[in-house]
Amino acid sequence: MIPDMILFILLAIVAVTSALGMLLSRSAVYSALNLVLNFGTVAVLYLLLGAPFIALAQITVYAGAIMVLFLFVIMLLGVEQLRKGSALPWQQTLAIISGLLLLALTAYVIFIRPMTLPQVSPTQLGFGTPGAIGEILFNKYLLPFEVTSVLLLVAMIGAIVLTGKREPKTKT
Amino acid sequence: MIPISYYLIFAAALFCIGLFGVLARRNAIAILMGIELMLNAVNVNLISFWRYATPEKINGQVFAVIVFAVAAAEVAVGLAIFISVYRRRGTVSADEIDLLKW
Repeated sequence: MIPDMILFILLAIVAVTSALGMLLSRSAVYSALNLVLNFGTVAVLYLLLGAPFIALAQITVYAGAIMVLFLFVIMLLGVEQLRKGSALPWQQTLAIISGLLLLALTAYVIFIRPMTLPQVSPTQLGFGTPGAIGEILFNKYLLPFEVTSVLLLVAMIGAIVLTGKREPKTKT
Repeated sequence: MIPISYYLIFAAALFCIGLFGVLARRNAIAILMGIELMLNAVNVNLISFWRYATPEKINGQVFAVIVFAVAAAEVAVGLAIFISVYRRRGTVSADEIDLLKW
């Protein structure tokens, strides 16, 4: 119990700090690297929760594929830093206020409602393995799985269409 | 066992940081990163509720897997849109992409 708690607190601190670092760093590359650190610590939290498959998927999909895509686009476009421009007035202040308001609201709801969840049995061996998840994914959740694959296909076609070179058309 | 409210507070903090990023950043790619952070916080919520509410079923992890796929699709389309916008307008600043504004 105590080591779990220490690990959780350490991971939470690192994750929140790296998320804040993502916000505060001026350069988009540093933001992306901070986000990679954040995703890595959240993956360790998944391990702490007893979900090894999700943790590995988090590393490969989020920290691997998605963030490499981000870094690739940032370097391709060369937009590490935006030039100074006219920012909207009050934008930062309003964003801070709304973020803190949402945080206060969720904290209030979480602490005011009694959590009456059943006591959890200790994790048994071989729990949450990729095999078990695959079995339920291909039996009970076959239709959502197929719909997800169609969604990925549509996203791929959309990305190709959006970034493909086109002949400049004359304006009608 | 760590109380579930700790996980929920942690996820709420991540979500709010992501929300602040979406609202306050001017770089459109950083806005997309904020959205990723919010999706990640949702995943933490899903997994912790699965762990504490119905740990004998494995259904909760399936939702997290589907959220992964949705996040990947969203990033692919979003970054493609920004590449296209950059080609046409030469910037990815969210303040200057104002074609829909009049």
